[in-house]
Amino acid sequence: MGMSCKQASRLISDGMDRPLGRGEQVRLSFHLLLCRNCRHFRQQMQQLRSGIRRARNE
Amino acid sequence: MSASPEQIEAERPFLLRYARAQLQDQAAAEDAVQEALLAALEGRARFAGQASVRTWLISILRFKLVDTIRRQQREVATDLSEDTDLSDLDGLFDGQGAWQQAVRAWGVPEEGLLAKQFWQVYQHCAQAMPKRTAMVFAMREVMDMDIADICQNLSITATNCSVMLYRARMSLRECLELRWFQQEGA
Repeated sequence: MGMSCKQASRLISDGMDRPLGRGEQVRLSFHLLLCRNCRHFRQQMQQLRSGIRRARNE
Repeated sequence: MSASPEQIEAERPFLLRYARAQLQDQAAAEDAVQEALLAALEGRARFAGQASVRTWLISILRFKLVDTIRRQQREVATDLSEDTDLSDLDGLFDGQGAWQQAVRAWGVPEEGLLAKQFWQVYQHCAQAMPKRTAMVFAMREVMDMDIADICQNLSITATNCSVMLYRARMSLRECLELRWFQQEGA
């Protein structure tokens, strides 16, 4: 069994703050391959970060 | 090369916005900015001219902000217990841990043009979060501090820190979706 979206979202968040371990990376990539919701979630997290960066430097 | 007092003063509004994003407390933000500007004026001969005046001022302000955050932390430190309970997020997932609601792709807001508006919405959303959570998130994402720095400054564990960041991101995601991306009609 792969990981759940709940676990994946947590790993995506963690991955923004620390390098993920190899095992974590593999399991997450596998989940992302199959899960569009989590791909969108990851994209949203990146947009959140870049939105803040852009805005705070204005 | 040194920075002129006028150059320094001209950055006050920017610095205030920056400080407000960390502290969510107008008076404390104004104090931190005031202290930073004074320190900058005193030390303006030391401005190397390699970075922009703004970048230099931000680096000074960051020290003041961390000081203030530490002080506030001590004052509000009623709850220093480990925050590792994420059951408040359970409603977002079903029994199998899958998303209850489909996660949509956000549209891409136009560059620059909307940055200021985004900032306002972000601040509004950040205010809805628990204070400590908002503080950790701002240290990480607005001030670019790494986890080790944040943990050290707030005397919390890395796990606690990552839980708070996760919670903050989940909460901001929902709030931004409602208040920002919805109106974009994306």
